[in-house]
Amino acid sequence: MEDSFLFQAIIYLAAAIICVPIAKKLGMGSVLGYLLAGIIIGPYALEFIGEEGEDIMHFAEFGVVMMLFLIGLELEPAKLWQMRAMITRIGLSQVLLTTGAFFGIMVGFGFSWQVSLAVSMSLSLSSTAIVLQSLKEKNQLDSAAGKNSFAVLLMQDIAVIPMLAIIPLLVVAGESLSGEHHGSPIEQFAGWIQTLFVIGAVGLVVLLGRYAFVPLLRIIAKTRLRELFVACALLIVVGIAFLMELVGLSPALGTFLAGVVLANSEFKHELESDLDPFKGLLLGLFFIAVGASINFGLIGENAGRVISITLGILLLKTLILLGIGKYAKLSLDQNLIFSIGLSQVGEFSFVTYSFASQLQILDKPTTEMLMAITAISMTITPLLILLNEKLILPRVGTLEKTEKEADEVNEKNGVIIAGFSHFGSTIGRFLRANGIQATILDSDSDRVDLLRKMGFKVYYGDATRADLLESAGAHEAKILISAIDNPETNYLLVETVKKHFPNLELMVRAKNRGDAYELMEMEVPNIYREHLDSSVRLGKDVLVKLGFRAHTVHRLAQNFIKYDEAALKELVKVKHDQKEYISSVRRTIEMQEALLSSELNRQFTLNDQAWDSEVMKGK
Amino acid sequence: MKKVLILLAHPKYEHSAINQVLADSVKDLENVEIRDLYELYPDFNIDVQAEQEALVMADIIIWQHPVYWYSAPPLLKQWIDLVLEFGWAYGPGGIFLKGKYIFNAVSSGGAKDAYSKEGRHGHTLKEFFLPFYQTAKLCNMTYLPPFQVNGTHKINVEDLKSAAEAYRRLVTFLRDSEEISKELTSLDSLNQLSI
Repeated sequence: MEDSFLFQAIIYLAAAIICVPIAKKLGMGSVLGYLLAGIIIGPYALEFIGEEGEDIMHFAEFGVVMMLFLIGLELEPAKLWQMRAMITRIGLSQVLLTTGAFFGIMVGFGFSWQVSLAVSMSLSLSSTAIVLQSLKEKNQLDSAAGKNSFAVLLMQDIAVIPMLAIIPLLVVAGESLSGEHHGSPIEQFAGWIQTLFVIGAVGLVVLLGRYAFVPLLRIIAKTRLRELFVACALLIVVGIAFLMELVGLSPALGTFLAGVVLANSEFKHELESDLDPFKGLLLGLFFIAVGASINFGLIGENAGRVISITLGILLLKTLILLGIGKYAKLSLDQNLIFSIGLSQVGEFSFVTYSFASQLQILDKPTTEMLMAITAISMTITPLLILLNEKLILPRVGTLEKTEKEADEVNEKNGVIIAGFSHFGSTIGRFLRANGIQATILDSDSDRVDLLRKMGFKVYYGDATRADLLESAGAHEAKILISAIDNPETNYLLVETVKKHFPNLELMVRAKNRGDAYELMEMEVPNIYREHLDSSVRLGKDVLVKLGFRAHTVHRLAQNFIKYDEAALKELVKVKHDQKEYISSVRRTIEMQEALLSSELNRQFTLNDQAWDSEVMKGK
Repeated sequence: MKKVLILLAHPKYEHSAINQVLADSVKDLENVEIRDLYELYPDFNIDVQAEQEALVMADIIIWQHPVYWYSAPPLLKQWIDLVLEFGWAYGPGGIFLKGKYIFNAVSSGGAKDAYSKEGRHGHTLKEFFLPFYQTAKLCNMTYLPPFQVNGTHKINVEDLKSAAEAYRRLVTFLRDSEEISKELTSLDSLNQLSI
């Protein structure tokens, strides 16, 4: 029973659901919550899961792959290019300095240089999953610390490639490569052919991203089956990950690249919101697995050693990062966020440990010890970040609020237009003519394609989904214009916005009078009946053609619209009483006719004696 | 304490250097209401009833506007045409404005000297505003001479600041006066009032 899949799923999900909210409530962030959940259900506490934790971890590492795809989506190629100096300078110096420092220390302690190099390279890596998740949760990805952290993590992902290439070379001569290979089938080829494969694979990802994924997504979008779109998004990510593993590259790096290529496409927001839950769940699972795989037995036996080595590693990494941060001219508080955040050993180290241990560079106790240290360092990080935030940062300098706000304004528009058919596009054109660039959401992929060719910034997706609105910037925006054709969709959107984004001012298109009543009952303040203005305008022209004076007609039309809108507000009050409604409609029509005709007949004498007063003449 | 109603008419208020500062200097005063006509009636479709209700409540009315071609922007003329109705503002039964005070508070690009017998415009602003004077008189109101900020093309920050302070002092003074002296009408402009 306990081995069944469903039972396992219940354990993991329940642990997450119990621990994560508690952790968040205590201000610790979700990562720590997941880790604690893992420890609690792991072999050393409740014993719900045993040794299979590590297998699950390998599976759940896919969450990291997805996360990098999503991060790539956020990062347009131009932005990445701007970061190139930061990635090479900051990132490379972190990897080299940290590896060098650990290498020196280990050799000093009498380890062989091969072991020292394999271990020190692994220790230089940090946890992309923990760092980025924490930064994102705290909205710090755009801060200086966030950008530098990202540069370091990206460089580490790249550095994994040469690391995996170097480790096999460390095998003591004469010892055969028994056991499993790391898994890259191209290893049998000569070095230069491998290089060609690698370059070819990267080029393929870029080409596919440019010329194949977007048309494919368009075709899928046309089917209007949402699950098919999700499946397609997953296929892209999994496919690239597979391709990367085939040529021995980091799958995370490959999907990151694909994300960057797709960052400029109209499907950006849709892909983001579709993959986000998968990423979240897999990452959560990954953290739980890390928590569960901590070997407390081993730690218990060597408590002093494990703890002092872990703290030593954390301290050394932090100090090196602090130095790099200082060189990069980070302010002290940003530098602390940067260096403490990246101080742990990362999830990819698990891979390099097991690789090195398969090659018999590391013996089993060392590997187990390293795994325990890594897991503990990952578990401690969220705590350290929390301590830094609560105890240290309040004492050093201020948080740069202004910089962050400016960034947000740059990235998000104040106006969102949902639905970009004739109605919405007219609004969009008018706003754009006056320098207001709205964020546009539309669910017709053909139209999105066309409009993008015309230079509009249009995103593809169903605007009634809160997550899509969120990624379109609904939290920061001021106004949401609903120009959707279908009234039912409109109501759904109004409900979603009222529930999730009460900050947004809603301006809604109504098909007709009845539609307007519905919207008024939903307490939408700004309702625009789509036919009203243009039909009155046509009526005006008719009157002019029949010989009325244009200005008189203009004023009559203005008043007609005014009375009509006033009558609408009156009528909605009695709408539910059907009988009264009918009589009330009649009454309003009569009132309108009376008002307008009397005004015309009396030549403005009653309300408007200004230009031509019969009374005055008769005096 | 009297009630002051400012009818502000500026077709491009967001670009106005003077009228914004003047309006800002009095907008927080108690018993002072500003009606921004171009914001209320962008289509010139004036709500006559709402305007008349505002007028009835006021004791002192200020037409605040820039001087265009020796007069006011067109919406203010439209306002006069539509709101000051026969039988309400003047004529038989037109008693609702009786006894109120009214004047123009204006900005002019030309310098003060230009608005004189010898200057290039040949007349003072008070003289140019004769139609406003007679409109007020027909409605049984007392027309006070204009408050003016002249030479606005070249005005410096200090002068503008002191003009705004003078405007605030004037509005406060009129609001708090028990009795407004008829002698004020003989002044050339309300700027001459020492308060």
